Amino acid sequence: MSGSTAITRMPFDQALQSFEPVLGLETHVELGTASKMFCGCATEFGGAPNTQVCPTCLGLPGSLPVVNAVAVESTIRMGLALHCDIASWCRFARKNYFYPDMPKDYQISQYDEPLCFDGYLDVVVATDDGPREFRVEIERVHMEEDTGKLTHAGGDTGRIHGADYSLVDYNRAGIPLIEIVTKPIVGAGSLAPLVARAYVTELRDLMRALGVSDVRMDQGSLRCDVNVSLAPAGEPWGTRSETKNVNSLRSVERAVRFEIERQAAVLTDGERVVQETRHFHEDTGETTPGRSKEHAEDYRYFPEPDLVPVAPSEDWIEQLRSTLPEVPSARRARLRDEWGISDLEMQTLVNAEALELVEATIAAGVDQGAARKWWTGEFTRVANEQGVALEDLRVTPAHIARVEALITDGSLTDKLARSVFEGVLAGEGDVDQVIAERGLVVVGDDSTLMSAIEQALADQPDVAEKIRGGKVQAAGAIVGAVMKATKGQADAAKVRTLLLAHLGVEE
Amino acid sequence: MAPVMDSDLVRQSAATLSAAMQAGEVTSVQVTEACLARIEEVDDKVHAFLHVDRETALATAADIDTRRAAGAELGPLAGIPLALKDVFTMRGVPTTCGSRILADWRPPYDSTVVERLRAAGVVILGKTNMDEFAMGSSTEHSGYGPTHNPWDLERIPGGSGGGSSAALAAFEAPLAMGTDTGGSIRQPAAVTGTVGVKPTYGGVSRYGLVALASSLDQAGPCARTVLDAALLHEVIAGHDPRDSTSIDAPVPDVVAAARSGDVRGMRIGLVRELGGEGYQQGVRQRFDEAVAILTDLGADVVEVSCPNFEYALGAYYLILPAEASSNLARFDGMRYGLRAGDDGDASVEEVMSRTREAGFGAEVKRRIMLGTYSLSSGYYDAYYGQAQKVRTLIARDFAAAFEQVDVLVSPTTPTTAFRLGEKLDDPLAMYLNDIATIPVNLAGNCAMSVPVGLSPEDGLPVGLQIMAPALGDDRLYRVGSALEAALVDRWGHVLTEEVPAL
Repeated sequence: MSGSTAITRMPFDQALQSFEPVLGLETHVELGTASKMFCGCATEFGGAPNTQVCPTCLGLPGSLPVVNAVAVESTIRMGLALHCDIASWCRFARKNYFYPDMPKDYQISQYDEPLCFDGYLDVVVATDDGPREFRVEIERVHMEEDTGKLTHAGGDTGRIHGADYSLVDYNRAGIPLIEIVTKPIVGAGSLAPLVARAYVTELRDLMRALGVSDVRMDQGSLRCDVNVSLAPAGEPWGTRSETKNVNSLRSVERAVRFEIERQAAVLTDGERVVQETRHFHEDTGETTPGRSKEHAEDYRYFPEPDLVPVAPSEDWIEQLRSTLPEVPSARRARLRDEWGISDLEMQTLVNAEALELVEATIAAGVDQGAARKWWTGEFTRVANEQGVALEDLRVTPAHIARVEALITDGSLTDKLARSVFEGVLAGEGDVDQVIAERGLVVVGDDSTLMSAIEQALADQPDVAEKIRGGKVQAAGAIVGAVMKATKGQADAAKVRTLLLAHLGVEE
Repeated sequence: MAPVMDSDLVRQSAATLSAAMQAGEVTSVQVTEACLARIEEVDDKVHAFLHVDRETALATAADIDTRRAAGAELGPLAGIPLALKDVFTMRGVPTTCGSRILADWRPPYDSTVVERLRAAGVVILGKTNMDEFAMGSSTEHSGYGPTHNPWDLERIPGGSGGGSSAALAAFEAPLAMGTDTGGSIRQPAAVTGTVGVKPTYGGVSRYGLVALASSLDQAGPCARTVLDAALLHEVIAGHDPRDSTSIDAPVPDVVAAARSGDVRGMRIGLVRELGGEGYQQGVRQRFDEAVAILTDLGADVVEVSCPNFEYALGAYYLILPAEASSNLARFDGMRYGLRAGDDGDASVEEVMSRTREAGFGAEVKRRIMLGTYSLSSGYYDAYYGQAQKVRTLIARDFAAAFEQVDVLVSPTTPTTAFRLGEKLDDPLAMYLNDIATIPVNLAGNCAMSVPVGLSPEDGLPVGLQIMAPALGDDRLYRVGSALEAALVDRWGHVLTEEVPAL
């Protein structure tokens, strides 16, 4: 593998001075139907290999496909949510190519008659001048079946060539997929990586809202191919690369950025960009060449003769349209108003992948300001450090609600609260368990605090004198000593009040 | 009727055997044993069967006899033996499609046709020979050697369903199943003096029928009499939710039609384009005589023209190979069937290639290449696309003809059975055999071949083809049974009684 060989890149800002990036995104989403696209087999993730199969999804001789009506419905709902036209009549097509993960050596897909076409999705990216909206135009949304999953054993390439043997799991074969293809995205300039990320995020949230897929990028139920080409300013579009396996939101952004930098260097050197598929590497953030598409594969598409056309009635389409849920952008606007926050603050939540968590935390009774502060501050930092998704942290909205309640009644300070969460994140238990285990209670009773104060005054008689003399700001040194003595488990404000009262000094 | 003698059992029709079983005159085990003995006796010469499942057949027969004795209500074909073309999957039973690439494949599931046969109590004797993946008109393209025509063992039994037609003509079974993509039921019926029906496309489920060309393939009944074909048709036909192209409508009452045999007042069209030049003299003679009989029986016979039929063969040999090239892609040695050249060093592509090189015969490779070409980028519109347009024109020709007449008739084949080897090196000559049968497959309607006598110059059977509109299958049986009754009346027996002793 050539993962870390030096690939020449041009600094991003410099690249953007000479070239205009053109993007195209192809997104595959596994639908969350109970059964597969063309047979009754279960679709559950994680079953023992080749246990969720039948003659049809194994492509046995003589077997025939039957269209899953729920998958058609989900695709139409997705198309409607993307403002697409819905075909009144369309057919499936066979995409012919030989590969061992394809039981029939053809994939049932759609070709020139997609079920949904000509739509758009508006996305918002944060810029220095505030949020900016982009309209990403949708070329098509079509249905197809997933392939099996290959695992290559032996060899050191991780690919089929060079492997000692390969294992195939056909549980995934025939799982309904929808493919969403954008029209070329132009004019984003330096925002191109952010637009790409915002688009995939928006698409994911839309599908989650529609309930058509669990859209887990980490489990492969949402997979993204990123096409990038560069055009010298004012000139026709260049040759594109197609980066596969871009399977996190952050990677989408990084892959676009990397390809812009790489292609700009190639073009500036007077060379040409090769039309090829490339692989994205999470570790290095680079792409490396895969299969060259110089000899374009001929898939010999033709209408699938084993299936009858799909012809959704207008009544059905309208019925589906009328039951569409609130789209994410509308939901964000509503929550922004409900919480009384700014566009920028909302954008921060969205960028942090924290919107749902914050919403749930508020629903658990936490003040919106505190909910936002915890998720976008402390927890985002921890998640980034650990390289995991915010939602995969051990902390829950209920934990935050408990901690906030303890802060309110004076049992915890902000500082102690952070220590509680540190324990929760480390898997030490829930909030109360961590408090008990770590002994994290505010030293609250006045006599304990008073003896600590008297001790501190005795240790620093000169400071005590200054305070008595009216230099109230000198109180900090005594409070600090008390906090130190109580190992930070005292409420500093309370210590200060007690101290001043003890010395008979007014604030 | 008189009690059936054991020695005659194999020559009886399914309807006769059924009546005798119901009357307690004979058991299914007796009939099945008689067929198995006949297979034992003659199949060395005929080679109709690729696989005989003696034990399962006898067990099924015994089970039917037991149920009948217990007073169970059984269908008319319960206990009747049948020869199954080797293109239908049957759980645990070898299913080769006549190909070496599936030499040892035993499917884990039953085709819908087999399911329905089992449910009707039909005794499946075994699997019959065929041209590899149903590509051919002679069974010479079988990976397991050709089948011989019982009328003359030096001649072809037709194809691709030559095993099924020969099994009937050799009295190895009273019933057989075939599939018809361009004539593979009707042409073998014609050249063996038997009856074969291609039902309306979608009339019989294709689930478990190993596909040649999905938009053309149709399973159908083969028998020695029209009534027997109707009885089998009734068992296998009807909607199947597992086949999306299956028609969700009542099956026409083919058995009643076969029993009526009344053509008075029916309008029958002679297709001008299917006859005349290129058709053997004796074939034309017997065809003309049969048409005269239909006129005598009170039918109104007129000539109609279907001008686009002349393009049918060309369109067919673009559409069929295109679909076949895709349908046969799955035979790659990865999951089942033959795997060749997996020496530990070969790449997956090399193993796929070696497997297909070793496992497929020449005709299959020829059609895969034709089909791959016609679907290729840059050629699709000129070949596959144009062929689909021709298909539409042919369907329109039929529609226009059926405005004027109830059924159309033609000779089933241009000639009687040719000699084994005669056309093996000339694919075009072989393809021309199906010139009269192909239009029906392209349009998706239905047709039957019935025997109308022996050609005077060679003493070999001639078939007449009856064509009806989609879902007009009952019309085939009305005309077929009327013609059969008149001819049996004239001859004193069904035509297969004249098959020479083997």
